[in-house]
Amino acid sequence: MSKLHVSTTINGEPAEFLCEPQQTLLDVLRDELGLTGTKEGCGSGDCGACSVILDDRVVCSCLVLAAEAEGARITTVEGLAKGDTLHVLQRQFLEHAALQCGFCTPGLLVAAKALLDRNPDPTETEVRYGLAGNLCRCTGYDKIIRAVLDAAAEMRGESVA
Amino acid sequence: MTYMGGKSDLRVVGTRPVRPDGVDKVTGRANFGADLRLPGMLEGRIKRSPYAHARILRIDTTRAAALKGVLAVVTSADFPEIPYEEAISGDGFVNYRYVSGNMLARGKVLYDGHAVAAVAATSAAIAEEALDLIEIDYDVLPHVIDVEAAMAPDAPLLHDDLFTAGLTPPPTAPSNISKRIAFNIGDVATGFAEAEVMVEGRYTTQAVHQGYIEPHACVATWGADGQSTIFSSSQGAFMVRSLTAKLMGLDIANIRAVPAEIGGGFGGKTTIYLEPVALALSRKAGRPVRIVMSREEVFRASGPTSGGVVAVKLGAKRDGTLTAAQVTVTLQAGAFPGSPLGPACMCALAMYDIKNVAITGYDVVSNRPKVAAYRAPGAPIGSFGAESAMDELARKLGMDPIALRQKNAAREGTRTAYGVTHHDIGFEQTLAAAKAHPHYSAPLGVNQGRGVACGFWFNIGGESAAAVHINEDGTASVVSPNPDIGGSRASLAMMAAEVLGLPYEKVRPIVADTASIPVSGMTGGSRVTFAIGTCVVAASEKVVEQLKQRAAMIWDIPPDAVEWKDGQAVPAGPNAGGFDPLPLAAIAAKSARTGGPIGAEVTANVQGAGASFAVHICDLEVDRETGRVTVLRYTALQDVGRAIHPSYVEGQLQGGVAQGLGWALNEEYVYSAEGRLENPGFLDYRMPVASDLPMIATVLVEVPNPRAPFGLRGVAEVPIVPPTAAVANAVRSAIGLRMADLPISPPKLLAALDVAAA
Amino acid sequence: MPTVVLAGDAARALAGGAAELTVAATSFRRLVTELDARFPGLGRLVDEGMAVAIDGVIFQDAYAVPLTEASEIVLIPKIAGG
Repeated sequence: MSKLHVSTTINGEPAEFLCEPQQTLLDVLRDELGLTGTKEGCGSGDCGACSVILDDRVVCSCLVLAAEAEGARITTVEGLAKGDTLHVLQRQFLEHAALQCGFCTPGLLVAAKALLDRNPDPTETEVRYGLAGNLCRCTGYDKIIRAVLDAAAEMRGESVA
Repeated sequence: MTYMGGKSDLRVVGTRPVRPDGVDKVTGRANFGADLRLPGMLEGRIKRSPYAHARILRIDTTRAAALKGVLAVVTSADFPEIPYEEAISGDGFVNYRYVSGNMLARGKVLYDGHAVAAVAATSAAIAEEALDLIEIDYDVLPHVIDVEAAMAPDAPLLHDDLFTAGLTPPPTAPSNISKRIAFNIGDVATGFAEAEVMVEGRYTTQAVHQGYIEPHACVATWGADGQSTIFSSSQGAFMVRSLTAKLMGLDIANIRAVPAEIGGGFGGKTTIYLEPVALALSRKAGRPVRIVMSREEVFRASGPTSGGVVAVKLGAKRDGTLTAAQVTVTLQAGAFPGSPLGPACMCALAMYDIKNVAITGYDVVSNRPKVAAYRAPGAPIGSFGAESAMDELARKLGMDPIALRQKNAAREGTRTAYGVTHHDIGFEQTLAAAKAHPHYSAPLGVNQGRGVACGFWFNIGGESAAAVHINEDGTASVVSPNPDIGGSRASLAMMAAEVLGLPYEKVRPIVADTASIPVSGMTGGSRVTFAIGTCVVAASEKVVEQLKQRAAMIWDIPPDAVEWKDGQAVPAGPNAGGFDPLPLAAIAAKSARTGGPIGAEVTANVQGAGASFAVHICDLEVDRETGRVTVLRYTALQDVGRAIHPSYVEGQLQGGVAQGLGWALNEEYVYSAEGRLENPGFLDYRMPVASDLPMIATVLVEVPNPRAPFGLRGVAEVPIVPPTAAVANAVRSAIGLRMADLPISPPKLLAALDVAAA
Repeated sequence: MPTVVLAGDAARALAGGAAELTVAATSFRRLVTELDARFPGLGRLVDEGMAVAIDGVIFQDAYAVPLTEASEIVLIPKIAGG
C-alpha cells in the first residue's frame, strides 16, 4: 500500500509527512517528525501521556490517525514555550515541583493549557476533573493542581502568593 | 507544609530551587528510553505465550526469518544456560537463572505473556507480522494462579527442581513453596497467656503493579568489535550492564550502559526484561535495535508486586501494652521464586516494642508474572494486616488508635522481632505530631470515617560513587551514577553547593554512564540522596581541601593557615597574613600553576542509613448506594531526618500515598479461569486520577540521622506502607465493617453492606 | 568474646538450632570465616544473604566492620529496596 501525503500545521509551523494509513498521529509526531516530547504510555487513550491539541480540542494522539492531521492545527508540548521563554504553565510546574519523573508532564501541560483556554478561572474541582484524563503515578497530583491554579491566576493578571 | 526540629544556618540545603533537569522535562527535550533515534535502527517485538502453563515442544522461526524486512530472530537458545553453581549474584540478591528464564522461556512457559521469542525488523509493522509467522507447539498443562491453591499438595508444579528451603529435614519432593522463613523473639505462648485481650484476623491483598507511565524501553547497539552500547530506562545502568553481561556471557567492560531519563520505576525497573534480547538481536542484525513494551506487555509480563495472605494474632493487657504478636505471611512470587518475604515479615511490627513475637513467612510460585520490587517491597502487605489488627485491638480496648501506638512505640533502644535495635529514630515525635494535628480532631459527618496507620522501612546505603569537578571558571560539576527518578539530581547539587560555598546555579549535576564513573547500586531503597549524597559531600570536602592548599600556594603560606568560608579561601587568622579572600573562581583560574585540575572522586559502601517511620491519617466517605469510597482528607506525617529539598521530599510522601490509595481502593490483577490476565490496561487496572484524590497534606518531622550528611534519611519508600490499612480502618470507622480483603472496591463494599444488612 | 545473635530460622538451623553464638572474630570478615569453620554452610549463607546490625546500625556487605566485646551484634537477612 502506498503512503499518504499529509500537510498540516504543527506548533504554528507548516509541516508535511508521509504515513501509512494505520499509523497514528502519535507515531508520526515521534518517529517521522522527531517531536518526541509527546509520549506513549498506553496506546489505548487511557493515560493522556500522548495529549496534543488538535484544532482547539485536547485529544489522545494515539487514538488519532496521522491522516486526520490533514489541514489541522496541532499543538504539542514543544509549542508551548516561545524561544527560550517558558509558558506560564511550564514555569509554574517548575516552581511548584509539579513533576518527578517528568514522563506525564508534556501531556499534562498540553491538557492544562487546553483546560485554561476553555475555562480561565477554574475551581480546584474543575481542574481535577479537567485533568482526569492524564495519569500521573509519581506526584499524587497535589503539586500539579496547585501549579495549574497558580498559572491560571497569573494568566488572569492576578498576583500569585 | 509544616516543619519540626531546629533550624540551622544552611544556605542551600532546605531551600526549594528549580531542579536542573526541569526545563528539559517541561519542554519535552528530555530523552526517555524510547526517544533515542539511531541511524539504521530496527524495531524489535516479542512473541509471548498465550498460555498460563505449558511445555514448549517446538519453536520454528524459519518463516519469520524469511520475511522481507526481518533481520534477526532470537529465542532462549541464543543465550547461555547459566549453571546452578553460578546462579546467585555476588550480593545474593539476584538469581540469574530466574532472570534469564523469565526474559525468554526455556522449556516451559509459566504465565500468560511469558516471552518466548523476539524479532528485529525494519519497521514495527513488519516485526509484528513476523511474530505471527513464528510457529510454536505447546503442550498445555494445568495451571494454578491463587497462592493458597499453589501450596496444596496436588497443585500443578511449576519447577521440578524447586524444593522448599528452610524446612527441617530438607524435603525430597519439589514444591511450589520456594521457602519458609521465621523470626522469633521471646516466647509467644507465654505472651498470649499473659494477655487480657486478644485480636485475630486474616487479611488478603491482590497483586498490584508499580504503574509507571513509561513502558520499559531500550536501544541496544552491538559494535563490530564486540563493544556494545545500551541506552535504556532503568533504575540502574550498572544493573543493566551487569545483568546483560551475565545473561549473555559477555565481559562487563564490553558493555556501556547509558541511563536514559526514566519515566517512573518504583522498584519495577530494578531488573531487566529487554536489554539482552535487544542486544542479541542487534548482534545478529548488525544494526541498532529498539524494543519498547506496549502497555499490555507491561502488565502481562513485567513484575507486579505480590498479592498475599497475612494472618495476625495480637495479645495485649487492658492498658494497651502488647504482650505477644504472631504473624504468618504468604506471598505470591509469580513464576519464579523471589517475593519480598523477608521485609514483609520484618517491617510489619518493627515500629512496636513487643517482647514476644513469632513471624513466619512463605514464598510461593504460581503461574503469574515474576514479581518485582515495588516501593518498600513487602512492607505494605505485612502492614496492611498488622495495622488493621492494631485498629481492631484499639477498638476492643476502647483506646484511641494513636494512643495505642504511643503505648507500644519503638523508641531509642527498642529491639525488633528480627533482632535489630532501634537508635536515633523519630517514631514517637511523629506520633505526637499526628495526635496534635488539627486533622486528627476535625469533625466527621454521616458515613464518614477516620483511619490511622503506621509504617516502617529500613532504607539502605550500599555501593556508591560520586565525583566533583571544578571547572576553569570556578563553576562545579557533580557527576553521579544514579538515574534520577524523583529529583535527586537537585539534592546532590544542593549538597555540593552547600559544602563548596557556591550558589546552587553554579553547580551542575549530571548522571553519568557506566564507563564514566565507578560502580554504584541502584536508584531504589531510598538510598540515592543518602548514599550518593554521602559521596558527593565527601568529594566536595576533598575539593575544599584542595582549594585551601592551592590558595596557600598562591599566597605562599602554609596550607593549615587557610580556611574555607562562603566559597572563598581566607587566611586562618591575622598571623597568616593580610590577604583578601580568594574566591573559588580565582583559585580555579590558577589551577594549572598550582598543581593541575581540581576535583575528587569518592567511592564507598555507604552504611548507616537511618530508618523511616510514618503515621498517616485518612478521612473518607462511603456511598452506601454505589460502594464508592471518596477520600476527603489525608495527612502523611513522617520522620525525614532533614529535608534537603523539601518540595521533593513532600513529593515522595504524596506519590507514595497516591499509590497506596490505589492499592487500597481499586487496583488488582484479574485472572480468567484459563489463567489469562483480563485487565492489562489502564482502563480496567484502575489507578488514581486527579479527580479521585484531595490535596495530600504532608508533615516533615526532622529527627536527624547522625550518620548522614545534614542528618538526612531516605524518605521515598515508607509513604506507601500505611495507606492501605489507613483506608481499611477509616472504612471500619465510617460504616462499621472491617474490610479485610483488598482492594476495597465498590462491588466488594456493596456485597459486604448487603451481607451486613441481611 | 563478642556474642552474635542469629535472626531467623534459616541461620539458626545451620547453627544447630542456636539463636546466639559466642565468637572470637573481631571483624565481619573473620566472623564469616569462623562461622563457616564451625558450621559448614553458615558462613556462606551469612556472606551472601545476611547483613549485620551492630548496636542497631545495619551494615551490608561490609567485611571490615569491627566487632567488639561490647557490641550488640545481630545477623539479619539482607535488604534491597524498590
